[in-house]
Amino acid sequence: MADTDNQQASVAYDSKIEGNVIFTRLDATINWMRKNSLWPMPMGLACCAIELMATGASRFDISRFGAEVMRFSPRQADVMIVAGTVTYKMSLAVKRVWDQMPEPKWCIAMGACASSGGMYRSYAVLQGIDHLIPVDVYVSGCPPRPEALLEGLMRLQEKVDEEESAVALLKNPDVRAEEQQEVEA
Amino acid sequence: MKKVISGLKKKFGKTITGTIEFRGEHTLLVEKEKTKELLKHCRDELGFDYLLDVSSVDYLGSEPRFEMVYELCRLAAGEHLRIKCALEEDEPMDTASDLWATANWHEREIYDMMGIKFDGHPDLTRILMWEGYPYFPLRKDFPLAGKPSEMPDVAFTETAPLAGGPFVTSPTTQSSVHREPRSQEV
Repeated sequence: MADTDNQQASVAYDSKIEGNVIFTRLDATINWMRKNSLWPMPMGLACCAIELMATGASRFDISRFGAEVMRFSPRQADVMIVAGTVTYKMSLAVKRVWDQMPEPKWCIAMGACASSGGMYRSYAVLQGIDHLIPVDVYVSGCPPRPEALLEGLMRLQEKVDEEESAVALLKNPDVRAEEQQEVEA
Repeated sequence: MKKVISGLKKKFGKTITGTIEFRGEHTLLVEKEKTKELLKHCRDELGFDYLLDVSSVDYLGSEPRFEMVYELCRLAAGEHLRIKCALEEDEPMDTASDLWATANWHEREIYDMMGIKFDGHPDLTRILMWEGYPYFPLRKDFPLAGKPSEMPDVAFTETAPLAGGPFVTSPTTQSSVHREPRSQEV
């Protein structure tokens, strides 16, 4: 517990009030909840998917990071893990699954192919999934080991932790819609 | 196997334009019109019960441009026979899918990648690329990096950055470090 003083104190706990009350910022709370239950949408397209499965299994155990609930429905997912080679034939299907995921959502490009097309400089392969959807974390490797994916997930957790979630939530829905239109335009 | 070759030569005469034997592999070059008949003969009379593969070659710049390659196998004897026939551009080939069902998908792949059409094929549609993709990507005049194309709501393609590629090996007696694939530009 000694090193908690060195970290940024985002959650203050007052032991005098017997643990029933926690003082904190709304942002910190929302982000804390979000980052520790990132439900992945496993977009397994090639050999990276095998490593993704290993990451989910007992030896590496992605549930230590709260991300074990692989939902095969995009409507229940928070983070899409694009694991593998995205062919042009598959790319619009990936985009469609991404579009069905509710906000807030994040994307991890797992491995060389999903990040840049990898060794497939070819007529058939999309040169990086970031041509179609915004990527938050790129994980290098061909395929990356499960530790690398977990590192990527931890980086994503750090990123989620720094978001201004409350501001986004409290903002007038009309303003948010306008902003969204500006982004898409 | 020599018996099979000489028997075929006797039966098909001049329509067999050449035979090649290389390290125990036997290849027959046949005229296009007689190929189907010869394949049927091999299957029914000579016991070649297994079609290993059907492929095609693009000899861009020479006439005729394409070549079909059939790899036959006699499972009981473990013997292979390769049958080749030359094909003009835009000239359709007779399907072999009524002789060996496995030729169905092989021919669809050849149609998809090379653009060779097959007469009598039950379902000549693309097998790897999508219907409506405008090119045949394994033809020699198709660039390695691909070409941009667009089919709304189905798929699109872009040109891939080759960054000095393609990466090819060069023959050398030096160490494996020197044999590693490298960019041709360097």
